Amino acid sequence: MPSNDVLAILEFRGGQVTKAGPEVLGQARRLADTLGGAVHAFLYGEGANGAAAALGGYGVTKAYVADSPAFAAYNGGLVARAAKDAVAACDPRLVLLAATSPGKDLGPRIAASLDAGLAVDCTAIDIDGDALTAVRPVYAGKANQSIRIAAAPFVASIRPNVFPPAEAGAGDAEVVALDTAAAEGETRIKVAEVAPRETGKVELTEADVIVSGGRGLKGPEHFHLVEELAEALGAAVGASRAVVDAGWRPHSEQVGQTGKTVSPNLYFACGISGAIQHVAGMSSSKCIVAINKDPEASIFKLADYGVVGDVFEVLPALTEQIRALKG
Amino acid sequence: MKIAVCVRRTPSTETKIGIGGDGRSIDPSGVSYILNPYDEFAIEEAVRTKEAHGGEVVAITVDGADASKDIKKALAMGVDTAIRIDPPADADSAAIAGALAEALRDVGPDIVFCGKMAVDEQDFQVPLRVATMLEMPAVTFVTKFEVNDGTARATAETELGQTVYESPLPVLVAVEKGINEPRKTGIKDIMAAKKKPLDERAAPAIAAKVAVTKLELPPEKQGGKIVGEGVDAVPELLRLLREEAKAL
Ligand SMILES: Cc1cc2nc3c(=O)[nH]c(=O)nc-3n(C[C@H](O)[C@H](O)[C@H](O)COP(=O)(O)OP(=O)(O)OC[C@H]3O[C@@H](n4cnc5c(N)ncnc54)[C@H](O)[C@@H]3O)c2cc1C
Repeated sequence: MPSNDVLAILEFRGGQVTKAGPEVLGQARRLADTLGGAVHAFLYGEGANGAAAALGGYGVTKAYVADSPAFAAYNGGLVARAAKDAVAACDPRLVLLAATSPGKDLGPRIAASLDAGLAVDCTAIDIDGDALTAVRPVYAGKANQSIRIAAAPFVASIRPNVFPPAEAGAGDAEVVALDTAAAEGETRIKVAEVAPRETGKVELTEADVIVSGGRGLKGPEHFHLVEELAEALGAAVGASRAVVDAGWRPHSEQVGQTGKTVSPNLYFACGISGAIQHVAGMSSSKCIVAINKDPEASIFKLADYGVVGDVFEVLPALTEQIRALKG
Repeated sequence: MKIAVCVRRTPSTETKIGIGGDGRSIDPSGVSYILNPYDEFAIEEAVRTKEAHGGEVVAITVDGADASKDIKKALAMGVDTAIRIDPPADADSAAIAGALAEALRDVGPDIVFCGKMAVDEQDFQVPLRVATMLEMPAVTFVTKFEVNDGTARATAETELGQTVYESPLPVLVAVEKGINEPRKTGIKDIMAAKKKPLDERAAPAIAAKVAVTKLELPPEKQGGKIVGEGVDAVPELLRLLREEAKAL
């Protein structure tokens, strides 16, 4: 029988706990309160030790840390193996993580090693008696699926940007530095090379604001209009598949059914028609702005605010006025 | 080289989703099925790996008899043999992964290819569960793959950037869009597929862990508001974003 505790899986990268961390901690706290248990954390990443004690400010009792040069780049097999030690130490009822790319990789590994049920990419999550219940978007956002896992332990990942981040308070967690030597020795797969994203750029799936461009931009040489608006807003740049397939933008920027699923607070669709497969990746954005010269474009049916116009005129004006506002 | 590829069909991405009579699944009437797009990339990569290194490719699906025609497409693309396993009752991703892992133990593959996810349930679970159950190194979100002298090199592309992994065989690789362009099949390939062996097996007894209790359509979004036309609409747009939507 597992404890009533919740283990939050947190990633440390670029000198800090990633943005999804406080979102996971907020739900971990709420669900632990329902269960009458404590919140523990498993924090992984090179340099993570330095950030572990401060997790106490989020109500974390014990922070298990995997910190060595082997954790500098994400290696799912290694992280899952180290997480196993944290799980064994606190025997949680629920393991909670964010459905970021690493979280989507890690969740099933942890669930399989615990022989546990896993709820993926949840937009709602609760404890109902002895069971875990959750809601998750399926069919590219065209439907919501309610699920129930009857037997603990449970593993669940929450969709980034959906749940409010917990506020940090004061207090220190007890830091348990995990000895990762065994995990490193047992991991046959190695990271050979890394080409990190350009720093300073905002990650698409974690971004608060996204500016996406489509075929309406007419060519890669015009994408600076999208990039400049994004920069003025502190936003990430996204793209439709049409422009990715045309080689104007990298696949890592594609939003949609065969790209990223995003739910920022604000999404700008510029010169994007609103094909069902694109909408699949962004329809859960809280506020959608569409700029398109075709008043019949289907993106306007979804957009909260539409501007019928030419991106070549509207985008520069928008960028300039936003710069003035933020100036 | 022994290569396996795990595949399944999904409703076509154009499908208009309606809720079925049980309130837990989609209304199957009028739904046309395709091979999960990511699984097509996996099949293509499996066949290319065979073409480069020799060996054979077996495709495995856990699905009902209706799926036999979908797996024929994999055979037409150059897969050599196929296995169809009837799904366990109320199967979830864990049960499907269990059935696949059981079949893969017999196959003993050097490489297992999967799609990173199926576009209907978007669950992302099966490949990494299978790998964990088989204690096989695994990489997902793979956009580039090669194998040389028994070492696999796989490039994963995610919001973290690109990471290149090296692994001994056997290895499981879950592929991302962009890894290849799946080949088109012609009449000759389809005829050839008919002669290839399809091994159909009964459902294993594996209990599900996750039960679907309800499927609902999301609330209809209020039709958009056209703020105006051209650059003249920009000040009003910004006002609305700040004051009404509080998004700036
Ligand atoms: C299996 C499958 C998966 C797919 N997955 C994805 C996916 O993940 N993501 C995705 O995005 N798509 C996906 N698609 C493709 C999708 O169907 C569309 O083809 C694609 O989204 C169209 O991109 P677009 O809106 O940029 O281009 P278009 O549909 O060509 O639209 C361009 C728009 O720009 C407007 N425009 C033109 N000039 C201007 C101008 N000067 N100023 C303002 N507006 C202008 C036009 O009015 C038009 O609405 C998928 C398709 C399939 C079959």
